[in-house]
Amino acid sequence: MKSKSRSLLMRRLALHAALTPLAIIWLSPLWMMFVFSTMPDYGIFNPDIVLWPSTNFVENFNVLQTETNFLRAMFISITVAVIYTVLSVMLTSMAGWALARYRFAGRSVVIAIILGTITLPFAVVVIPQFIMVAREFKLANTWVALIVPPLFNSLGVLFMRQAFSMMPSELFDAARVEGVREWRIFLHIALPLARPTMAALSIILFLASWNNYLWPLLINSKPGMMTAPVALGTLIGITKVSWGGIMAGAVLLTAPILVVFIFLQRHFISGIAAGAIK
Amino acid sequence: MRLRNGIAYAFLAPYLLIFATFWLWPIISSFVISFQNTRVNPWRFAPSLNWGRLVGDPAFYNALYNTLIILVIQVPVMIALATVMAVLLNSPLLKARSLYRFAFFAPVVVGEVAYAAVFRLMFSIDFGIVNKLLGTVGISAISWFDNATAAMALVIIAVTWRWAGYNAIIILAGLQSVPGDVYEAATLDRVSKVQQFFHITLPLLRPIILFCVVLSVIGTMQLFTEPFLITNRGGPGGGTETLGLLLYRQGFNSLNFGYASAIAYTIAALAVAISLLNLFFGRQAK
Repeated sequence: MKSKSRSLLMRRLALHAALTPLAIIWLSPLWMMFVFSTMPDYGIFNPDIVLWPSTNFVENFNVLQTETNFLRAMFISITVAVIYTVLSVMLTSMAGWALARYRFAGRSVVIAIILGTITLPFAVVVIPQFIMVAREFKLANTWVALIVPPLFNSLGVLFMRQAFSMMPSELFDAARVEGVREWRIFLHIALPLARPTMAALSIILFLASWNNYLWPLLINSKPGMMTAPVALGTLIGITKVSWGGIMAGAVLLTAPILVVFIFLQRHFISGIAAGAIK
Repeated sequence: MRLRNGIAYAFLAPYLLIFATFWLWPIISSFVISFQNTRVNPWRFAPSLNWGRLVGDPAFYNALYNTLIILVIQVPVMIALATVMAVLLNSPLLKARSLYRFAFFAPVVVGEVAYAAVFRLMFSIDFGIVNKLLGTVGISAISWFDNATAAMALVIIAVTWRWAGYNAIIILAGLQSVPGDVYEAATLDRVSKVQQFFHITLPLLRPIILFCVVLSVIGTMQLFTEPFLITNRGGPGGGTETLGLLLYRQGFNSLNFGYASAIAYTIAALAVAISLLNLFFGRQAK
């Protein structure tokens, strides 16, 4: 028995010895982002290795704000992400409900479309989407252009469909016998029961919108209508801009979502585990 | 379930409308545009112009080569790493589990632009912390942005950092659905932990790992932000230019929508083909 508990201890030590350096490496970019955001530029160019934060965050932020009006960009990003999340959860739960709960002509075609688009990269539609939204609808640099085109989401529908199809059908049949209309059954019985799934999906969709880069870069490139990632992206690669300012922007993009992540880790993980975004 | 055509389509209508407008129509339109000369006004049908150019374009082969190199190296390394992370995080011997989980999963929520910025700074040639640390063990500074091989390595490192935890989450969810008594029985039969991993865990995880591989292939085929922002628009001299970046440059710098559409269709065709191949061989190898 004694040797067994000793080998268990050795195994536990080996496990932590393997994971700890990996964890430190994995956390270091986030830590360095924070450290850089608090350093004056001469600190960043310091030949010594500096691993501890300094006190220059506000000055760095001021540089960023004068270069890009970052607060305006943050406001646009937050508003877009909130509206996008609400609309997308509505669309995907309605569609998921229909697929889970009704038999109808063309059902298998709709399912085939949803499954088929999972493997299609965004690249295949980006050119015509841009031509349509920017040139035909003349909607470049508008809120609509940021929110509406990315609304199509195939994995979200499958996620909601699964939640609805796991609910016992007696629940809905009882209401139908009483003459309750279908949309009321959906709204008042099914949706409240699907709340955990909707929470997980909302978090994932919010994250996807908050971090979305390519589409906002293409469609809203006018200063004053840029999202925060696009505004920050304009500074990267320009040598005259201070690194501290860029890092302050990176921290402002990352810190809020990281805090949400710490508190709602379970929802994030169940959303990602279901493959609800890529 | 009852047959309810009207009601079902009422619920589906907004979703299908978005799909038709922003996906179905663009997919068809992209195909048509790829056969048009979009550099004249109005656009004219020119069946072999873009596809003919694609077949002979060295820039296309360079981007295809770079993309496939990243695919062949990055995807297996990342999936292997993610599997190791998931298996170790799932160990009952682990203390402070939530701390380790946070370390590996946090990059999943970090935006591409934010992490691109910090990677540029960390890998800077003269004052980047990576070269400084390499210097302390006697390795001379690496020109991460001026040397094509190093720049490719940097893109691979960055993408791996960003996405390994994402895949680990999916794999960990799969591991947690494996019933524990399988392992108990194996332990009683004196099967070592390593053997258990290769003979029980991996076969059970196969479908989930395949799912991760397929998602990663699709992501890699259209890889854009990392070479755009970290290695400075695919630099040095096209050394990290990917298909996604070539599409962007043809479409939105040169405004040559016809040629860009041909590239887009190539990306989609390759992504679908490689995904199907993975699924095919994944199912076969039993």
